[in-house]
Amino acid sequence: MAEIRAEMVANVWKVVAAEGDHVDDGDTLVILESMKMEIPVLAEGTGVVIALHVAEGDVIQEGDLIAVIS
Amino acid sequence: MLDSVLVANRGEIARRVIRTARRLGITSVAVYSDADAELPYVREADQAVHIGPAQPALSYLNAAAIIDAARKTGAAAVHPGYGFLAENADFAGQVIAAGLTWVGPDPAAIEQMGDKIRARNLMERAGVRVSPGSRKPVTDEAAAVAEADRIGYPVMVKAAAGGGGIGMGVAAGEAELRAAFATARSRAERFFGSPEILIERYVEHARHVEVQILGLADGSVLALGERDCSVQRRHQKVAEESPSPGVSPALREQMLAAAVRAGQAVGYRGAGTVECLVDTGASSFVFLEMNTRLQVEHPVTELVTGLDLVEQQFLIASGGPPSFDPAAVRPAGHALELRVYAEDPVRFLPSPGTITRWEEPAGDGIRVDSGYQAGNAVTPYYDPLLAKLCVYGADRAQALARARDAVAAFAIQGPKTNLAFHAELLASPDFVSGDYDTSLVSKLRPR
Repeated sequence: MAEIRAEMVANVWKVVAAEGDHVDDGDTLVILESMKMEIPVLAEGTGVVIALHVAEGDVIQEGDLIAVIS
Repeated sequence: MLDSVLVANRGEIARRVIRTARRLGITSVAVYSDADAELPYVREADQAVHIGPAQPALSYLNAAAIIDAARKTGAAAVHPGYGFLAENADFAGQVIAAGLTWVGPDPAAIEQMGDKIRARNLMERAGVRVSPGSRKPVTDEAAAVAEADRIGYPVMVKAAAGGGGIGMGVAAGEAELRAAFATARSRAERFFGSPEILIERYVEHARHVEVQILGLADGSVLALGERDCSVQRRHQKVAEESPSPGVSPALREQMLAAAVRAGQAVGYRGAGTVECLVDTGASSFVFLEMNTRLQVEHPVTELVTGLDLVEQQFLIASGGPPSFDPAAVRPAGHALELRVYAEDPVRFLPSPGTITRWEEPAGDGIRVDSGYQAGNAVTPYYDPLLAKLCVYGADRAQALARARDAVAAFAIQGPKTNLAFHAELLASPDFVSGDYDTSLVSKLRPR
């Protein structure tokens, strides 16, 4: 089980993965935006997306949970 | 001369423009979003008008709100700074139609240079060399593959209407090209409102060198020397210097002459920048693009020429001659600019936050153009530029030594900053030798 958390304050621009998706190491889960930069949030390891805690347009804080991968 | 100006921007550049306006006795009007009410530039302007919420589309990109603010305050002119609406020909046209003076080039020149494909074609016709690339927009993936085959790999894929490095990608072969094309197109639509893509030959081991030009009210165009902007991360500049250590006097002469031709080809008026890629091995250069506005790194040119470029912009916009004798400009000494960003110094990821400590360096040859002070919040809505640490020395060695001391003396707490990266840069043998190219940062930060 891996928890993916935000590394900074950002807006959620795109949610790429969906709950139930099989993802490989390095696959993009969501794309954040902060300070005119897009920051892809990547899967670390292979697994299934059990939960996605963000939606497009959300503002998230450093440390917020983005996704859980089994 | 103008008696008042509205500065349609924020942060360090608004503050810098306001400073020159004050010195010249021009009344200044600042505009600000909800996120920026506490920033120094808002207080330092003679008047300040709130123009909307934090989101740029609703404030600094809101042409109607900005022109309304100018009308309400009776401002005679609009200075756009850089970014936001600075290279928006429609906005320039609206400012002029509202009876205000636009501190920038003619909207037609902005439009011609804003489309990178059109600009390349125009430059080629004016006798300025461009790298092999698209003469018309590439709109689908199959066409992109055919175009890249024709041009020859490696290629650079970018938005024709783009800027700031957004969506740019290098491809060494077809698979990479397909991926780069998809990325560039989605970014182009999202950020620039146009899906048109430009593909051009990627010059490896190139230096990014640009020439500052000034189109005078009498129609003549001057070149005020070059700036080397090869220190880049994600195709965005981090440090600049003038003169370029990689440009010989003979090459400089050719580049300055080409930049003047570029300006003349569009009847350029005001401050502009002609960006080139220099192939140092071949001692040759190609035109990259022209920025029809004041450039972020303009202080580097100001330090070696002794000119205030914002003052020249105001003088030219009012139809007068510049403050100096064009025949007597002789750049002297060496200048550096280090962009202090709110980002971690290792991976360069954004780091918004509240500034708890802010102490700027001072001393001989040190100039700091900053947008913030202690207590300000750095928000995620805008670019990460906190300050520009500019350094002058009689020669490059003195400029580097002063820069090292100044970086060490700059104290910022709260957001992470890239000051530690600058300290490393100034100590790196490649940078110190002057023999570096646009791959320098990736060499310092191998993955």
